[in-house]
Amino acid sequence: MDVNEFVNAFAAEFEETDPSEFTAGTSFKDLGEWSSLTSLSVISMIKLKYGVIVSGLDVNKCTTVADVFALVKKSNG
Amino acid sequence: MDKNPFSLTGRHVLVTGASSGIGRAIAVESSRAGARVTVLGRDQNRLAQTLSALEGDGHEMNALDLNHADALERMVLGLDGVDGVVHAAGITRTAPAKFISQDDFQEIMSVNVQAPMELTRQLLQHKKINKAASLVFISSVVGGIMPYKGQGVYAASKGALSAYAKVLALELSARKIRANSISPAMVRTRLLDSVNIDAATLDADEQRYPLGYGTPEDVAWAAVYLLSDASRWMTGSNLVIDGGVTLT
Repeated sequence: MDVNEFVNAFAAEFEETDPSEFTAGTSFKDLGEWSSLTSLSVISMIKLKYGVIVSGLDVNKCTTVADVFALVKKSNG
Repeated sequence: MDKNPFSLTGRHVLVTGASSGIGRAIAVESSRAGARVTVLGRDQNRLAQTLSALEGDGHEMNALDLNHADALERMVLGLDGVDGVVHAAGITRTAPAKFISQDDFQEIMSVNVQAPMELTRQLLQHKKINKAASLVFISSVVGGIMPYKGQGVYAASKGALSAYAKVLALELSARKIRANSISPAMVRTRLLDSVNIDAATLDADEQRYPLGYGTPEDVAWAAVYLLSDASRWMTGSNLVIDGGVTLT
């Protein structure tokens, strides 16, 4: 699992925010486009691409994209 | 002699999805109102717990998958005539529209729509629905009244179910058989586990409800009303019970 690939997949769930704004260190909840729907999309993307089920609460506890990646890696064992 | 119009004494009621949540509460409250209840569900152990929670005698259980055609037909053929049927089996998964898979679609639709339609077809074909019986479909406000994000298939399935109940109401009225749906808003049941929402988000959502979230019994008492003679002039309706949330 590659963090850059994850950042790209994470960025792809946003419709308005430019992908170039995303790095592993991006505080995604500060983005104007972050909402309950983008959260659902990220959760669905993680389930589909990584076969891991994370909760909205798990994602909300994260600050950066890298934090979410760590969550996925941990759950993926 | 006057009889309490809300009583289900002498009625045989079939309840699907009776192993937990709203279905279990409907089975229990129907038995408390005097009905003889046959409970259906997939989980044998939890269904047995429902059976043991019923008041009175003569109740039965049958653990089966309603989407298994042979098992369904065997169950229907072995059934005494019914005076009431409550379709409470239902599932959901959360996915925004761009992530709804064919698997999600087929699984949710087969449990929430196909199974109740097929059960109804078989009950009618085998003449198991008594005259003046009441058919109750547990729908949801999500099915066309109050959407929730991520519930596209669930919403489509519940909208389909409420629409189907209206057609049945029209087709079966000659035999005084009634069909209605109930559309509850959020009720805390096991179904919520599959929605994958955390407790804090649910608590915040509940704040929007003037009367808070509902309990399975709140829905069950409406079902008992629809099963009873008290609602004998009511057919083709969709009874919204929502703690006032759609007022806001």
